[in-house]
Amino acid sequence: MSLKGTLGKLTAAAVMAATVSIGVAEAREFTIASWGGEYQKGQRDIFFAPYAKSKGMKFLEDTYLGGWAQFQAMQETKNIPWDVVQVETAEMARGCEEGLFLQLDWSKIGPKANYVPGAATECGVGVVIVSVVIAYNDTLIGADKPKTLEDFFNVKKWPGKRGLRDDPKHKLEFALMADGVPVGDVYKVLSTPAGVDRAFAKLDEVKSSLQFWKAGAQAPEWLASGDVVMSTAYNGRVSSAQKSGRNLKMVWDRNTVYLDSWVILKGSPHVEAAYGYMKYYSDPKLQAEYSMNVLPYGPSVMDAVQHIPAKVTETLPAGKNVEGAFVTGSAEGIAFWIDNLDALTERWNAWKGQ
Amino acid sequence: MRRRGGFALRRSPGHAALCWGGFGISASSRHAQTTDPSVLAGKLARGDRARKLTALSLIAPLFLLLVCVFGVPILAVLYYSVDNPLVSRILPQTTAAMAEWDGQALPGEAAFEAFAADAKHAYKAKTIARAALRLNYEIAGFRSMTMKAARRIKRLTGPSIKEDLIALDKRWGDIAYWRAIKDASASYTPRYLLAAVDLKMTWDQGLVQAEENRRIYLAYLTETFWISAVVVFLCVVIGYPIAYLIATSKPANQRILFILILIPFWTSLLVRTAAWVVLLQNQGMINGFLIWLGITDQPFEMIFNRFGVYVAMVHILLPFMVLPLYSVMKSISTDYMRAAASLGARPFSAFLSIYLPQTIPGLGAGCLLVFVISLGFYITPALVGGRSDQMVASLIAEFALGTANWGMAAALAVVVLVCVAAIYPIYHRFAGGDRMNLN
Repeated sequence: MSLKGTLGKLTAAAVMAATVSIGVAEAREFTIASWGGEYQKGQRDIFFAPYAKSKGMKFLEDTYLGGWAQFQAMQETKNIPWDVVQVETAEMARGCEEGLFLQLDWSKIGPKANYVPGAATECGVGVVIVSVVIAYNDTLIGADKPKTLEDFFNVKKWPGKRGLRDDPKHKLEFALMADGVPVGDVYKVLSTPAGVDRAFAKLDEVKSSLQFWKAGAQAPEWLASGDVVMSTAYNGRVSSAQKSGRNLKMVWDRNTVYLDSWVILKGSPHVEAAYGYMKYYSDPKLQAEYSMNVLPYGPSVMDAVQHIPAKVTETLPAGKNVEGAFVTGSAEGIAFWIDNLDALTERWNAWKGQ
Repeated sequence: MRRRGGFALRRSPGHAALCWGGFGISASSRHAQTTDPSVLAGKLARGDRARKLTALSLIAPLFLLLVCVFGVPILAVLYYSVDNPLVSRILPQTTAAMAEWDGQALPGEAAFEAFAADAKHAYKAKTIARAALRLNYEIAGFRSMTMKAARRIKRLTGPSIKEDLIALDKRWGDIAYWRAIKDASASYTPRYLLAAVDLKMTWDQGLVQAEENRRIYLAYLTETFWISAVVVFLCVVIGYPIAYLIATSKPANQRILFILILIPFWTSLLVRTAAWVVLLQNQGMINGFLIWLGITDQPFEMIFNRFGVYVAMVHILLPFMVLPLYSVMKSISTDYMRAAASLGARPFSAFLSIYLPQTIPGLGAGCLLVFVISLGFYITPALVGGRSDQMVASLIAEFALGTANWGMAAALAVVVLVCVAAIYPIYHRFAGGDRMNLN
């Protein structure tokens, strides 16, 4: 027990030390963890700093790198270095189930009906909507432009490499939709072994043309340089490339929609401040300002769109762009991926190398 | 040298005397022959002890540092690769009830009741999800099946919990799931280590290969070792002449050449990798130049394939080959080669029989450094490789950071560690570890 305890603590401490200052849980200020970079800088200017100022309090920031490692370290060491953190749906569901995140008292935040569907949940308050779209280089594509999801798989009409994120999650769904499965039936098909085979068979059609990306910045670079003819890409990355003069275009047909959420860590010494913060973050005007002026992601509260010009909304994962989209983060989708992630990641890696 | 001496000193004083030169047993025994043995021996022994203590206290900080930064993490990794605490901790009654179960027939009512009690308690304590995820490693889908049972368990009224559970989900009547619980409830498990070499333990057939479409780890390991070996080979082919050139140049030129080697060495790995993307991509500078020259009209595919991986890795690792080689070559007197020539050796045979053997220690150190560092690469192959050029470190990173399956991450690391440990003696024999120069 002692060897085990010590090793566990030491390892967990090593993981924590990389990202977090240790041992100040009681004394520390209200701490917000988000995704870093330009993204977090925009959040600081529009949300963090004004909120702290309005309450006359100080705040600290940290970076969350995605994945579960940092949360597992918190579970092992019982050390909670953050009060609120922005997580993806899968982590939100897992943390809620494992009791790491607080079950929210919605009376302290606001009516759930104000939020876009799926953004007001047991443990999470929606932050932002991010879409993965199909993007292409308008200068290099030729006269015929891709318009649908199916066109991504049409190597006859658009020969050349295709960029795809290196990860089975939501790529199998993508393949099934291109194979004619309606958006609403994707998990019904995918939860059978035949459905998984069907998804891989569809991907086989373009396998020799696939070029896998890991970092979000790679896709627009490859498109700009002509290394790939089309690629899936985060809408925000494509917009940034457009702003810097790249002639990239997006296909919104059945785009894959992701929703990030704020969660409160159980054991936080600043629960009330965290609730206040979540309420503040749900202000439609501020969210609209973020979408227009910082990064072109979609707001999580319905009314925000009213503060955004229609012309701009057309370029965001909002309004009609998300109607008919494939929304990740449904209960069945989350359950499917927690159950099958390991097995399907192994199969994906085996398939990739064959 | 100091590190070796330190360890040797702790193991055997006799060997320490060799390593630590003048102070040691050899010194005291020499004096002991000329004067009264009993008094002097005592004094000398005291002196020896004091010197040894001084020596030990001098190396103590280094030794502690090594224990902390190498010893503990490696032990932790070894431990995590077999550690299996979750199920027995979260489902203790089930674990106890199944301790004597032989796995031949579906367990009786008692085991189901124990599971129901555990699940009810763990659901309230919110620990059930972790146990369920651990069970899911055994059989995909076991997680949601467990969660569903845990959510409904309060409403199952009996009289038979066994029948109720099976009515809820018929898989509870499948012996495979109970065998999985039994496997997962042991305190230590070989499953991660076996999985890391594409094997698994089954109840019916013993040790078997994993399902075909999940058999990936050996392939990744082989590929990783192969890529590393090719990188070492290329580094030797390119690095040896460069080191020779530097070692035999005039001091002024030497400095310039060194700067050329070291500036890339000091540049961030990501920057260098990104630079290769700019150079090698289809519309990149090299292809642009080749097309402009009219050598080709279609761009060569030089990146996002194995070629790109080799180019970027060799570029990054070349200094690790050149520097040890240079340090050996600079100490080789040019007289040897002249002597060989004056005795009638042709340049090539003089090189083979006179020069090359003297550089083996540096060559060995360079190869070992490059090889071991190559094994841990994953960012570079991810950025410049194609779909079949990924290395095992990328899987380890995904398990460690993404899904937080630390057992699997640790097991893969252990397999890599064992392979390196197995290669080392071969290398040692070939290169002669005593002469190896890591400076």
